[in-house]
Amino acid sequence: MKKVVGARLKRKEDPKLITGNGYFSDDIQLPGMLHAAILRSPHAHAMIKSINVEEALKAPGVVAIYTGKDLEGKIGPVPSSWLVPGCNLKEAPQYPLAIDRVRYVGDGVALVIAEGRYAVRDAMYLIDVEYETLSPAVGQKQSMQIDAPLVHDDIENNIAFHWKAGEIPEEVCENAEVAIRQSFYIQRVAPSPIETRAAIGQYNPGSGELTLWCTSQNPHIHRMVLSGVLGISEAKLRVIAPDMGGGFGGKIGVYPDEALVGYAARDLGRPVKWIEERNEHFTASNYGRDEVLDVELFGKRDGTLGAIRVKNTHNVGAYLSTMGPGVSTIDFGLMVTGCYKIPYASCETFGVYTNTTPTDAYRGAGKPEATYQIERAIDLFAKEIGMDPIELRRKNFVQKEEFPFTNAQGLLYDSGDYEKPLAKALEMLDYNKFRETQKELRKQGKLIGIGFSTYVELCGFGPSKVAGAIGFQGGVWENATVRVHPSGKVTVYSGTSPHGQGHATTFGQVVAEKLGLPMDDIELVFGDTKAISMGWGTYGSRSVAVGGTAVSIATDRVIEKAKKIAAHELEAPVEDLVFEKGIFSVKGAQGFERTFQEIAKSANMAWNLPEGLEPSLEAQSFFDPENFVYPFGAHIAVVEVDKETGQIEVKRYVAVDDVGRVINPLTAEGQVHGGIAQGIGQALWEGAVYNEEGQLLTGTFMDYALPKARFFPEIETAFTETLSPVNPLGAKGIGETGTTASTPAIMNAVMDALEPYGIKDIEMPLTPEKVWRAISESEGK
Amino acid sequence: MIPSKFDYVRVNSIDEAIQQLKQFNGEGMLIAGGHSLVPLLKFRLSEPGALIDISRISELKGVRKEGDRIVIGALTTHFQIANDPIVKEYIPVLSETVRQIGDLQVRNRGTIGGNIAHADPAADLPAAAFVLDAEIAIHGEDGPETMNIDSFIVGPLITMLPENSVLTSISFAIPPAHTNAEYLKFSHPASGYPVIGVAVVAGVGENDVIDYIRIAITGVGNVAYRATSVEEKLLGQTLSQTLLKEAAQLAAEEGDMASDLFTSEDYRRNLCKVYTERALKSVFYSN
Repeated sequence: MKKVVGARLKRKEDPKLITGNGYFSDDIQLPGMLHAAILRSPHAHAMIKSINVEEALKAPGVVAIYTGKDLEGKIGPVPSSWLVPGCNLKEAPQYPLAIDRVRYVGDGVALVIAEGRYAVRDAMYLIDVEYETLSPAVGQKQSMQIDAPLVHDDIENNIAFHWKAGEIPEEVCENAEVAIRQSFYIQRVAPSPIETRAAIGQYNPGSGELTLWCTSQNPHIHRMVLSGVLGISEAKLRVIAPDMGGGFGGKIGVYPDEALVGYAARDLGRPVKWIEERNEHFTASNYGRDEVLDVELFGKRDGTLGAIRVKNTHNVGAYLSTMGPGVSTIDFGLMVTGCYKIPYASCETFGVYTNTTPTDAYRGAGKPEATYQIERAIDLFAKEIGMDPIELRRKNFVQKEEFPFTNAQGLLYDSGDYEKPLAKALEMLDYNKFRETQKELRKQGKLIGIGFSTYVELCGFGPSKVAGAIGFQGGVWENATVRVHPSGKVTVYSGTSPHGQGHATTFGQVVAEKLGLPMDDIELVFGDTKAISMGWGTYGSRSVAVGGTAVSIATDRVIEKAKKIAAHELEAPVEDLVFEKGIFSVKGAQGFERTFQEIAKSANMAWNLPEGLEPSLEAQSFFDPENFVYPFGAHIAVVEVDKETGQIEVKRYVAVDDVGRVINPLTAEGQVHGGIAQGIGQALWEGAVYNEEGQLLTGTFMDYALPKARFFPEIETAFTETLSPVNPLGAKGIGETGTTASTPAIMNAVMDALEPYGIKDIEMPLTPEKVWRAISESEGK
Repeated sequence: MIPSKFDYVRVNSIDEAIQQLKQFNGEGMLIAGGHSLVPLLKFRLSEPGALIDISRISELKGVRKEGDRIVIGALTTHFQIANDPIVKEYIPVLSETVRQIGDLQVRNRGTIGGNIAHADPAADLPAAAFVLDAEIAIHGEDGPETMNIDSFIVGPLITMLPENSVLTSISFAIPPAHTNAEYLKFSHPASGYPVIGVAVVAGVGENDVIDYIRIAITGVGNVAYRATSVEEKLLGQTLSQTLLKEAAQLAAEEGDMASDLFTSEDYRRNLCKVYTERALKSVFYSN
């Protein structure tokens, strides 16, 4: 049999999905089901003077209407789950419906329940809310000013948290030969999964059990948090994540909306369905990023980097989201040195409340921002000292023999060989030839640029001890059960919760290889808290490295037990048993064999088991890694800028990633492609914009520009494999590498193209107009 | 994203459509492909009392040549137009323009009549309609009449379509055989609408003298328009790069530029210059 791990297998999930047989939230139809709609605030900041529901209650089909006041004392605030310590974190309570004051456009004001999804919306528009508008706090830097309106009256200067890590001796900065100072704005972006959020609640008044289907990347976290919010035993709350159309971090959060649906289903004793509308998604679902980075990079003229000092001012929105506080502190602040051996680093982060939709983790969460600032600063440094950006990177790389390496902020990089992917990427691109071509084209007046991004990323969440120390309100170990049926077919249960990544395929490959079974014999179960005892979900590129490892260990345990049974039947010592390609045999004794299926039957029938061995063939693993994993790589972008219009065309994109062991190159490439598209989206097109009144100006896809397939050239990918010592698979994470690497690669390429004009930086997204203006200004037009 | 309540009737003839429009007394709206109207309904920006579905009136479909004009039924989809052999042969600029509308799904459903009747200031089609001297055929209570595109579209989402009438077809003039044409578009990265779209049909006669020129610009302002002063500048002149540059400059100076979240007025003016010049160069120098 060929190796299964490392094989380019098509996804197990796809036949179901592409034939329309997926089972998504909106496919769920329950007898007697009611529909919910949430009336949301049209104002960024206002007092609710009155809510008149009289007319709405008379509308056909309306069953109930709840306001914030109705729910007071009946349903708790929805808490953040990342209470970063040591930063004076001030969490304002977020009640599922605003009680007397709305704090962002999209803040929930009333919950309407009716027979049918049309009736519920018709009724919603009949609710009459009288507001008294207040001045809004918009923009993080402005909102920290003394005279800024307060989002929460008792939180001074709107500062949600003030976090610091790392010290740099003053003289290092003062005596530096070169100091690069640059501010970057990592603009607010909308995760925009193709499926919006949804929740369906069903309550059984007899058993007291509440079942909640919802679009969650982490149903067990939803169960844990919502049981508190709703005051229901975890044992009576079942959370199911059905098939999902993406998440990108936007479905990590436990939102007020799921709590409301659960509450209404229990209160009314009938199933309730809520499907978020697309325009609602733009105001009611968490955004990503929105961080202003003030960066200082110090070093010598010979290219030796000495220190990096960063200030991050993070717009957290009106409330702290589930993971929000960790993004700009732990995830960002400890990674500011990137893949370089910079002796000193410090990061100071301000989390600032504003009257806007909250921000949370978004694909990469903190690491793309960290990578952006260091990779951009490195390029500026190279330009300043007149060194090739590649040479400067190489000079400062953590070297292969220095791993495991402790970075300036104390993180231990598990393994690495940063030169390897860079060398491969340069070879794929033919760098030297490119520079010659560039010179030629510049003479013809064409603006071609090349940009690099050599990155390292923190992922594979993670060691639970560390999670506790950094204030994460959960463990981040993972759980897997491998259950072998009497026929030898296998069901695997995992606490991760895929929503497009293809875990059924990759985890299946791990099991198939170990057990010597065809892929079709292995079924995977995810996303149901009743089927899976515990787990922490899918985010932070943790699924293969942590969840896949748990699957791998549980499978080993199954083999271990099966060997005992086979040895017993073959009357040989266990030590002499060999298990290969699905066959148990005795070393040196030909013909003494049992198939895996035969042993599966023996174990489940238990007619003849070794003395003291329990029946059945099933094993569980709870894997808690010792460390995070740190994938790395080199991305190179080539762009052409139209100097008359400022339009940017991505001509080539080369991505060489090292994510440790690649389980399935096909799905891995898919992850890289998607990640790159989102990262380039940040650089060139995406960006949520609020005006001074706190009104969202980019509330539809007519204004908010998501990347389209036709915007890209064919992405050229390759992998190098430097195994991780942190888990037996040697695997790292891949879900976020593309997003992390690509944004600075594109920016650096555009800046390289604009070099003849002496342009150093342009704020993202690089709309054609901004580029055109920069060119025009430098030409003195 | 769910419309408010409305009645729905399907009609099988133009007369029936007019009768229904009268019956609903200003509350009824015609629907064909639905690609302009349905989004408005979903946002509740439009709340008609009834939708009168004309999509199955077969006499409103198809492309035919009538003398020196090409007549296209109002219900013909963008996809059908883009791939129609008659259109490709006689008025290729129309095929080129509709090929750039929206995406494949939009082109499969959206109709030429709906597009023109909706009169979105940012639509692609009006540019081609202007350079091909489009005539809009309308069937109203008093029978058929025609209007030139010039007088038909009067403002953003505003047309001269009379009450209780149906836009039945649009006809386009076949340009002289020696002309070339181009539709050059800068599409908005989010909506796909033209931030600017420039359509040109032009030809040169003896001694490189420009003897035929039509230029229309869409996307930049409140309404698509024919750049007549630019045409006048070019007509009868000897072709040169400098002349085209000056013409483009004039187009930029004379156009009414709007601004929005994506682009300022200044930038649109620049685009107008660059795209007009490029479209002209492409038409005059590509062969």
